[in-house]
Amino acid sequence: MSSGPHVKRAGGRSTRRLTPYLLIAPAIVLELLIHIVPMLVGVWMSFVGLTQSYIANWSTAPWEGLSSYRLALDFSSPIGNSFLHSFEVTCLYTVLVVGISWTFGMSAALVLHRNFTGRGFFRTLFLVPYAMPIYAGIMTWSFMLQRDNGLVNHVLKSLGVTNGESFWLIGSNAFWSMVVVAIWRSWPFAFLMLLAGLQNIPDDVYDAAAVDGAGVWKQIRYITLPALRPVNLVMILMLFLWTFNDFNTPFVLFGAQPPKSADIISVHIYGASFVNWDFGFGSAMSVILLVFLLVVTGLYLLIFNRRSTRA
Amino acid sequence: MLAGTAACSGSSGSSGSGGSGGTGKGSGVTLTYWASNQASSIDGDKKVLGPELKKFEQQTGIKVNLQVIGWPDLLNKILAATSSGKGPDVLNIGNTWAPSLQATGAFLPFDSSALTAIGGKSKFVPASFATGGVAGKDPTSVPLYSLVYGLYYNKKMFADAGLKPPTTWEELQTDAKKLTDPSKGTYGMAMEGGSYTESVHFAFIFGQQQGADPFDSSGKPDFTSPGMVAGVKQYVDLMSDKVVNPSSVQYKNGPEAPGDFAKGKAAMLMSQNNADNTLVADGMKTSAYGVVAIPAPTGKKDIASFVAGINMSIFKNTKNKDAALKFVKFMTSEAEQKILDVPFAALPVVAGMTPNFTTNADEAKAFQGILATRAVPLPLVANESQFETNVGNAVNQLIAQAATGTPPTDSDIKAALQQAQDKMTPAG
Repeated sequence: MSSGPHVKRAGGRSTRRLTPYLLIAPAIVLELLIHIVPMLVGVWMSFVGLTQSYIANWSTAPWEGLSSYRLALDFSSPIGNSFLHSFEVTCLYTVLVVGISWTFGMSAALVLHRNFTGRGFFRTLFLVPYAMPIYAGIMTWSFMLQRDNGLVNHVLKSLGVTNGESFWLIGSNAFWSMVVVAIWRSWPFAFLMLLAGLQNIPDDVYDAAAVDGAGVWKQIRYITLPALRPVNLVMILMLFLWTFNDFNTPFVLFGAQPPKSADIISVHIYGASFVNWDFGFGSAMSVILLVFLLVVTGLYLLIFNRRSTRA
Repeated sequence: MLAGTAACSGSSGSSGSGGSGGTGKGSGVTLTYWASNQASSIDGDKKVLGPELKKFEQQTGIKVNLQVIGWPDLLNKILAATSSGKGPDVLNIGNTWAPSLQATGAFLPFDSSALTAIGGKSKFVPASFATGGVAGKDPTSVPLYSLVYGLYYNKKMFADAGLKPPTTWEELQTDAKKLTDPSKGTYGMAMEGGSYTESVHFAFIFGQQQGADPFDSSGKPDFTSPGMVAGVKQYVDLMSDKVVNPSSVQYKNGPEAPGDFAKGKAAMLMSQNNADNTLVADGMKTSAYGVVAIPAPTGKKDIASFVAGINMSIFKNTKNKDAALKFVKFMTSEAEQKILDVPFAALPVVAGMTPNFTTNADEAKAFQGILATRAVPLPLVANESQFETNVGNAVNQLIAQAATGTPPTDSDIKAALQQAQDKMTPAG
């Protein structure tokens, strides 16, 4: 009796067992290299005083324990207070951008879901901001928002709304400019996702509701929104995370030192790290942000997934 | 990027015998050189530097791989190279960064033997040489191009208004008011109110006029002294007094402010001497403007500028130290300074040379005089770069306040400077 077939079967089983791991190995290695390792290095950096004096040799940076965290979270100190201010600005920015983007996206998806002449044109038109290179789009906005030659002031003056001499990129207006640009960039994504979600709702359901006397608003409330719930769950989370971490919009509009009203957290951290050259403190703020986003994401998924399961 | 620079610097050996015209140590080596953007475009820099690097190769056999880096990227690239240890052999830095970059320990100190190798300390203009690093330590950079601030004025606009160039700050304020006519879109002064570098430069210069230093003798920030507050107010008041176009609060280090001056929309411009390039590009003839020192308020210190400019450094971990020193010697030689100062509108860093960046003899004389007697270095402390960003940004916010709302008072200015000072704590 030969042991060949037995060995072969065993070999085959072990190969089969190994196959999934081999297939995902490249992804795991890359994930470790690109995300996990830099993240862990960032966490380590937050515990050391990595300033300009040590960046040529990181290992000599002095261990500072939690002092950077204490500094960031001491809201009575100017540094902690500016971090808190930045956090508050970011929260308001995120709520406005996500909320308005979702409303615009939902409205447009509902209108363009129905068949009518020119639907394809409008669908394409609405996706232009999403398809446009992000830097080109924001730079165009920064030109439009200039005081003297900007299109925004020109239009507002033509309409008699203002005298055409408003500043849009400094002072408190800077915040609203940033919100408008971020909505312009984000809402097509909401539109695209919701439109895709709407395609999966059978027309029969609406027909039956109409027969039962449900109007448009009732149909939206009792059919559309519940059916879009899985799409909304993921999309709102993604929009929230993208907006909260948004760096491109303020950086391209205002540069590395935005006005106080537009000092959102990603640029604030960038400033501490690359303008003030305090990478330890910048990393500590990044870790605090990471923890905050993990907690919010966890709670969000816990609450809404539980409700979905019950439903 | 890091892999790229690693590849570049890795290509060089210690020394070799290649290079047909090579002489002595370093022949056959390839150096990587990060040049800052001095011309109106990166291509412009390459066109200017290319033939000079060829000449250097013919003289020494040392090839130079040139990379011109734009200003917005330069500091970040240097920091990345510093932290990774994979940088160029030789590079340009803004001279105000010198003490901060010296603190990283990544650059080669120019000790006595290194200084001898590049021609000796005495060959440099003392004021420019002093920007090379913290006082009392071997500098980690040496001057390459010198720049100073001057007050450009439009000769015709002054003559039409029956004015002469101001000799005191009070005269400047009066003249600026006379020359301002918003209905015609003309203003007394052009300003880069959105540029934190310009803002901190003037905060420093005017603070110096008021007798204030932003750092005390032990190197601690002291931004809120009455002199510093008065100096910042002196600058911000240009906006409060409406003698500058309110839109200039958004001007950064671009062509806008020199453009306004060149087009006759502003009668005066406080700028470094390399503004000449932009003015000429905007169609203004050198004979159409004059330059005098920025005046001080009556009875105050006669400081008109800080010593601005570009310095050269060598990365400490270069494998081509001798070749790098030869290259620094070549670039800071009298012959090269004569050639490079013209297209880059720079003052020579070599002592005894006559400025040749302009054909306007009066302008050359004015700038040379400012550098020789009325310019002081920015604070030579390790956290100078934080001073620049924090105070510069605070002044920008004050200018924005002046442009959009109520003019900042002394207490507003003091509070803004206090905030800037408080932000210095972690890095300081």
